[in-house]
This record gives sequence, structure tokens and C-alpha cells, in this order.
Amino acid sequence: MTVNLFKQQVDTTLVGRRRRRVPRSRWTYVGVALVAFAAMSFIDTATTNPNFGWPVVGTFLLHPSILSGLGFALQMMVVVMVLGTALGIIVALMRTSANRMISGAAWLYIWFFRGTPLLIQIIFWFNIAALFPQIELAVPFGPTLLGVDSNTLITPLTAAILALSLNEAAYMAEVVRGGLLGVNKGQGEAAKALGMGPLEVFKIVMPQAIRIIIPATANQVVNAFKNTSLVSVIGVADLLHSAQIIYSINYQTIPLLLVAALWYLFITSLLGYGQGLLEQHYSKGYSPVNRRWRKKRQPKVETVESDGT
Amino acid sequence: MTPMISILGARKSFGSLEVLKGVDYVVEPGTVSCLIGPSGSGKSTLLRCINGLELLDDGEVRVDGELIGLRVAGEELIQLPEHKIAQQRSGIGMVFQQFNLFPHMTALENVTAGPIRVKGASKADANRIGSGLLSQVGLGDRSDHYPSELSGGQQQRVAIARALAMDPKVMLFDEPTSALDPELIGEVLSVMRDLADQGMTMIVVTHEMAFAREVADHVAFMDGGVIVEHGDPREVLGNPRTLRAKDFLSRV
Repeated sequence: MTVNLFKQQVDTTLVGRRRRRVPRSRWTYVGVALVAFAAMSFIDTATTNPNFGWPVVGTFLLHPSILSGLGFALQMMVVVMVLGTALGIIVALMRTSANRMISGAAWLYIWFFRGTPLLIQIIFWFNIAALFPQIELAVPFGPTLLGVDSNTLITPLTAAILALSLNEAAYMAEVVRGGLLGVNKGQGEAAKALGMGPLEVFKIVMPQAIRIIIPATANQVVNAFKNTSLVSVIGVADLLHSAQIIYSINYQTIPLLLVAALWYLFITSLLGYGQGLLEQHYSKGYSPVNRRWRKKRQPKVETVESDGT
Repeated sequence: MTPMISILGARKSFGSLEVLKGVDYVVEPGTVSCLIGPSGSGKSTLLRCINGLELLDDGEVRVDGELIGLRVAGEELIQLPEHKIAQQRSGIGMVFQQFNLFPHMTALENVTAGPIRVKGASKADANRIGSGLLSQVGLGDRSDHYPSELSGGQQQRVAIARALAMDPKVMLFDEPTSALDPELIGEVLSVMRDLADQGMTMIVVTHEMAFAREVADHVAFMDGGVIVEHGDPREVLGNPRTLRAKDFLSRV
């Protein structure tokens, strides 16, 4: 069929035919076949190989010492994130300082704590007494103000929290710095132009930086949770260590590692889900269409007393 | 009459690039001055030196007689600490090309942020003044809208109200209409015209020659970091004496 369009005869036979097939590449078929093969093999071995010990997994999944290890890991994650974020903000602010000495110190901190393995840092803090038998606050080259025996101060728990928090702070410092740099320069200038001092300017810029750093921070939370498993090496009763204690007694190594892994997976999935919600939340706040973040308007509706008279 | 703003021998470099090469400039109280000139001529930098967003390398800026960003101690000139400069800025309003409204605050919260956080005004007082100013710029019904829900012209009018909320002695406008769609320029210029009629001392960096011609008491043409020509708008804009000003005006 043809119609007259701008004095031209045009064919319209393709208009109104909505089915458009997208041909698949033959490599797609090969890929699908490989994935299917791998999946079947995995299901086969997971169901038929008795060494997985699924019944054992079932027995220990809700074992009290596993659950207490899980609870302890979660608490540690919270403490580490709070301390790490607080210190991270300070390091990030130092990093943006105009003073070379201060920004240099922050750079050095980040360089060191990100550049060495976390496992080494944990073992290092645990053994700090070998380096400094006495931990003291003293004037350099001067008198000692305060001194504590390292072995009393550094328990496995304090070593674990110290190591994880200091390490977390280095990563959070870069996350926060990225957020602060991501806020339009005009925001700080507008705040300054109103006569705001440094603290007030920070209070304008920081909430905007937080919106930017939420995804990266959520990532850090997931990592912080998984990293708590590393402190098992210094005998802190975290989730992994609880599993290790059990399999050192009953020799069911694989099933108990599976128990721990399943819990880590479950918690990180929950955290990932929470991250998705938060991101959705905040991205909507900035689009003009969504008004959920609008402060509630006072609806000027006269409330009519309907008392039946 | 003592000038509201006086600038003497102002020099400013960014790295090896000298942006201001010895600028002298005076603004009388209650007058409107327009700064015109090609981009990169130093207009915006000059404006930003007036409220201490940038500090001069040489020369001085005084606003209402007060030396900006510096104090004199005998032979020495000492830079003021940031909170002192902040105090000086609080009496000088500034409006930016990109509006720079705080995106996480409503229009009213933007306007009241200064009075509450800098002057320590009560929320009730600030809201009363803020609502009044939003009405004055024709946005009384938009006070609880977020910037993203306002047009560019409306955002810029909120920005003007925000600056006015600090009850400034001077208003600085840095190309206030350059980021706006053509049909939104008029509403912003009309608010500025009202402000001029009320006797506000204003410096406007602009490419709006019609505005300069109609509203300004004084026009200065900048090029290459110096003021090349200045005086009555009709003279400078209608009958420029220098070749550089003639050339620039023939192209805008």
C-alpha cells in the first residue's frame, strides 16, 4: 500500500508490523550450552557427593556457638564502620587541607593502610607488645605522661577492632574525599558568599556528599562484614572462628565452612538489598518528578466536625 | 560622598596567568554599575575579589570603607582568618551564573539558611523575612519547592532572595542571566531592575547590553585584566572611544 507524503509516494507495508526478531549469534548458543553443562555438573555433585555433608550443615546452621559468632561479627562490623567512618572523615578533611604537611600526613596514612594486607595489619596489632612492651603517651624526647602495659591493653578483641577500624578508615577516607569532590564547587562558594564560616560550609556540603557516597559506603559495609572473618587468626570468636572450633573437634571441615559461607552470603545479600533501597531512595530525591522527599505540606483543608447534628 | 566600593591597583594571578593587572574602580552608594567585556577579561575575578572569595595579590578592595581580607599592622599586611572574612562576606550579597541553590533545601530553606546559620536569627523571624523576600521576587507560592522543581529563572530569583535575606550593603551579580533560556531572562532582569529602583548598590557582570543601557548608572569595559574604558552607559555603549571597546560592542 502506498500513500502520498509530502508529494512523494511512499510504501507503508512495514508500518504496523510490530514483531521484530533479533537473531541470536551462534556463540550465544555455545555459551548457553556451556553454562547449562556447568550448572548440571554442579547440581549433580552437590546432591550426590556425600562429602558436602548437607545433613551436618543443617545441624549446625542454627547451632548456638555459630549464632553467637554471627552476632559477634555483626557487632564488630557496626563498631568498625562507626569508628572507621569517623576517622575516615577526619583523614579526608586532612587530605583536602591546603597545608602540605597535613594533607601529606593523610596521604601517607591512606598509602600505608591500603597498601599493606589487612591480615598483616591484624597480626601486627595483635603482636604490638613485641614492638612496644609499654604503650605510653610521652612528649617526644621528653617525659612520659601515661604508660600502660601493652599486653593488658591489647587483647585479641582490641587488636581486631583497632586493625579493622584503622584499615576501614583509610578506605572510607577516599570514599568521603570522592564525595566531597563530587559536590559542585559552587555549593561551597554560595555558602561562603552568605558569610558562612568553615564549619557551616561543611554542613552545607557534607549532606550533598553523603548522597554521592552511599553506594561506595554500602560496599564498604559489605567488605567490613566479610573482613571480620580475618580476625579468626588471632582467636577472636567471630563466625569463622566458631566454625573452626567446631570442625577441629568433629573434623566436618567442609560442612562447617559451608555453614559459615551461607551465613556470610545471607548477610551480604541483606546488606546489598538495603543498599539498593537506599540508592533508590536518594536518587529519587533529586528528580523533579518524585515528591516523596518533599516535606509534608500543611493541607489547608477545613476539618468539618461531623458529630451527627 | 565616600564610595561604597573602592578598588585600587588590584592584581591577581592564578599560577602564571595574571588575570587582574592593576584595576582601579569605584562604586558610589545606591548606584548600579555594569561590568562588560569579553570572557577571560577578568570581570568575574574582580567581582569575586570584592567579597573575598578570591584574595588579591596586590592592591586593595574596600567595601563601605572596610578593607577586605586584610588588616594593616604597621608595615605589614596580614590576611584575616577565614571566619573574619566570612563576617565581611555576610554583608555583601552575591548571585552566581549557575544559581548555586542548595539542592537539598526548599526555596524557603535556601533563603533562611543565611539568617539562621550566620546571624543566628530565630526560625520564625527568618521564615517571616524569607517569605516576604520570596513574594518580593514573585515566588511567594513556591516557598516549599525544591530547586529541581523550579525553572532556571525561578531558581535565580530564589538565589537573589537568598542573598537579600542577609540584608547586604551591596549586591554582586556574576552573569546572572547567562545560564538561562532566552524566555526566562526577562523575569530575572525585572527583579534586578526593581532592586535598583529601591536604591540597592549593585555591580552586575553582564552581557545584557540593553539592561546596562537602561538600568546602569555607570558602565566599565574590561579587557585583558584592566578597565579599558568606563563612564556613562550611553557614552561607553553608544559611542566607545577605544578600538577594543568598539570591536567588542560591534560583536555582541
